[in-house]
Amino acid sequence: MRKQKLVMIGNGMAGVRTIEELLKLDSELYDITIFGAEPHPNYNRILLSPVLAGEQTLEQIVLNDLDWYKSNGVNLHLGKTITKIDRQERTVTANDGTVESYDRLLLATGSLPFILPVPGNDLPGVIAYRDIKDTNEMIDVATRYKNAVVIGGGLLGLEAANGLALRGMKVTVVHLAEWLMERQLDQTAAELLQKSLEEKGLNFLLKTSTEALISNAEGDRVGHIRFKGGLEIPADLVVMAAGIKPNTSLAESAGLHCQRGIVVNDTLQTFDPRVYAVGECASHRGTAYGLVAPLFEQAKVCANHLAEHGIGRYEGSVTSTKLKVTGVDLFSAGNFMGGEGTEEITLADPIGGVYKKLVLKDDRLVGACMFGDTADSTWYFKLMRDEQSVAEIRDTLMFGESNIGDVGHQGHNKAGGMTDADEVCGCNGVTKGTIVKAIREQGLFTLDEVKKCTKASSSCGSCTGLVEQVLMNVLGTDYSATPRKKSICGCSDLSHEEIRQAIRTGHLISQEQVRNELSWRTPNGCATCRPALNYYLISTWPHEARDDPQSRFINERAHANIQKDGTYSVVPRMFGGLTTPAELRRIADVAEKYKVPTVKVTGGQRIDLLGIKKDDLPAVWKELNMPSGHAYGKSIRTVKTCVGDEHCRFGTQSSMKMGVELERMLFGMYSPHKVKLAVSGCPRNCAEAGIKDVGIIGVESGWELYIGGNGGIKTEVAEFLCKVKTDEEVREYSGAFLQLYREEAWYLDRTVHYLARVGMEYIKQKVVDDAESRKTLYERLLFDLKDAPDPWKDFERAGVDVRQFKTIPIVEVGNV
Amino acid sequence: MSETAQLDQWQKITTLEEIPILGARVIRAKVGDVAIFRNSENEVFAILDQCPHKGGPLSQGIVHGKTVTCPLHSWNIYLASGCAVAPDEGCTKSFEVKVESGVVWLNREELQRTHG
Repeated sequence: MRKQKLVMIGNGMAGVRTIEELLKLDSELYDITIFGAEPHPNYNRILLSPVLAGEQTLEQIVLNDLDWYKSNGVNLHLGKTITKIDRQERTVTANDGTVESYDRLLLATGSLPFILPVPGNDLPGVIAYRDIKDTNEMIDVATRYKNAVVIGGGLLGLEAANGLALRGMKVTVVHLAEWLMERQLDQTAAELLQKSLEEKGLNFLLKTSTEALISNAEGDRVGHIRFKGGLEIPADLVVMAAGIKPNTSLAESAGLHCQRGIVVNDTLQTFDPRVYAVGECASHRGTAYGLVAPLFEQAKVCANHLAEHGIGRYEGSVTSTKLKVTGVDLFSAGNFMGGEGTEEITLADPIGGVYKKLVLKDDRLVGACMFGDTADSTWYFKLMRDEQSVAEIRDTLMFGESNIGDVGHQGHNKAGGMTDADEVCGCNGVTKGTIVKAIREQGLFTLDEVKKCTKASSSCGSCTGLVEQVLMNVLGTDYSATPRKKSICGCSDLSHEEIRQAIRTGHLISQEQVRNELSWRTPNGCATCRPALNYYLISTWPHEARDDPQSRFINERAHANIQKDGTYSVVPRMFGGLTTPAELRRIADVAEKYKVPTVKVTGGQRIDLLGIKKDDLPAVWKELNMPSGHAYGKSIRTVKTCVGDEHCRFGTQSSMKMGVELERMLFGMYSPHKVKLAVSGCPRNCAEAGIKDVGIIGVESGWELYIGGNGGIKTEVAEFLCKVKTDEEVREYSGAFLQLYREEAWYLDRTVHYLARVGMEYIKQKVVDDAESRKTLYERLLFDLKDAPDPWKDFERAGVDVRQFKTIPIVEVGNV
Repeated sequence: MSETAQLDQWQKITTLEEIPILGARVIRAKVGDVAIFRNSENEVFAILDQCPHKGGPLSQGIVHGKTVTCPLHSWNIYLASGCAVAPDEGCTKSFEVKVESGVVWLNREELQRTHG
């Protein structure tokens, strides 16, 4: 069968990204032809500003070199402008007479600069700022002339002005509005920006409109600019940066419906079903986007439909702004001006050069405008995109959160203040310089891409916020924030939430069912989705869905912790941190018999035997004759206890007894991530219950329950849930909360992340206020944990494949 | 190929049944530990049980499609070639393997070479 023909007009970032996404989904479906008017392969238009500023070279910003087109079988026509589309014959014609037919046509013609209709706008030395040609001309002019005027004080104009000033020109920015970047900043922030740019040597003429451009004395290029009111200043170079307009003339001449852009639906299809449009030329729900992040979202959806998968809709984007001028920290997003029905929280320190404004509507963050301190901008942007209620954190909202861990990056929380040699990712030893270089040279746009290429933030994740800041600083506005709906992994476009729901409502009990019903792209998933699916299945349908050991990480498959040399560590359970002389003797015997190189007391009040060979594990377990400590699992780990009133003169409650009871109740509990508890017998809190998933503190009149604490990457203090009287209540309330977490959290979320997502009010309502809800949650937990097998003893029921503990010997022929 | 020639060139290792689906077994050979994988299509692959990154035991990883994810730092390795999936780089040794009537054979000579 003949392959279908896909023709793309335009060879820019949005278009080529669509082709890349399409090739990923189906590389066989189409013969692809691309027409580009510029003589260059696809390059990173965003980085023209750093090129102009002398921070990067043109070679460095190429995204897809000619080899890429060749190796993907893409037929590329460079330097050819399409002049005609014939929708009846389904052909396109280029200015050199080339004719190409299509089955599907993709328009990615981008935008054109708006050139002021004033006399002299066609003089040599009057240019726009859109492409490599413009950039080269500006670099060249800067070596020979002195005075530059930039018309337009928006994002592009200011970046151009900054670049020209760095190249030694005297630059004046002319702007029609009352303040700079009026579409992205309020007046206060804009004035701070202007002040800091003036300190860099730029001049500004606000509320000024241009009347004419006048040629120089020789009459060979522009020499002066005259404004309304008569003021005239020298200008050897005039850069028009007063705005862009979607390039729709070709589409219009082909009779496609255009209205400030080529009108497309949520699948990026134009009014002609064979014709799609993406990027700056497309108008979606009345908006033509000019930033890369939304364009890449469009690319993904469009590719999906071109590949005939037919899933996914583009529903518009919330965009944010960040100026790419080194040393200027500025951020704005959403409805930053406020207005009817909105409330504002502001912080202004004009002398310190810091200004922050947050705009709220109905308890949700709808806009932000910041200058001088933008460390928390990624967090604010996330709150906006997630439309998360901020009612509970309103009083501290202004001070930011920064999703940055406490450790691993030298205490830094602002990427801007770090040098290239400073370490961002302490796990993998990745410096800021390495990340910046990778973003620039390999054309990265998203956190995931940075993770993949540099490994930064790919281990513990505590530096994710910092990496996002670095991305934002390098790419400016075009930083592509993690999409609102985060898919589970590359195997599916569905989110954790959607998958959990599908498993529940569809009563799915096996991974094959899930992958079939939800159209997985891979035959058996990957190392990211398999463990998650396995957990979702067994936690949603306990005693019904079958646990799949091959979908568990090695530690949960071998029931021991793998170490860097491939040996394992074994931690037997000591309920509540209590042990006996007999147990200690057996541990000592095992340690000697199996020559255990390291015996260590753990933070969870038990003993770790490190360096055991995998083949020895079953024998070690048998001889220890103690229950599995599950120190290897996304599961209940330990219940740490203090001595309590049985011995301690300050004790008010029997914390050891309570701890042992809780740990016995929760034995064998698998969960989205590890779960740690602690019970203290008085408020001195020697068991450190304040940093546990569930912390219980005894007081004279009963027990206080705290949830969502964490002592790891980012220290989080547990929040007060409620106070109860009896031991049975402690079990019921703790159990109900843990079951809620088990049923609703996303895989690998700790309780603190779950709590942050759903809010304390919600949990209180389900666990404290509604007695019926609490009881059923608790009952479901007990049902799930009923007869939980000990994987160190009951291999059969715990699904432990014992073949893994036997190395296959080489048996010489003859003995076979 | 005659029965003797086959026996000479190939070393019988185990049966297909003995390798878990989407799992692996380890054989201890002169060349080092060799991981034998079986995927969901019942294809069998043999590579040195050492991740090209930091030597992690690949046999302990999660098997998916025709790749395995190393348990130490989550590199993905192609089972057929032993090479890392981009953007990671590096290869571990891969071994010839054949399965006949449910019996898994490896190339005797390859197993006896010393690892170098």
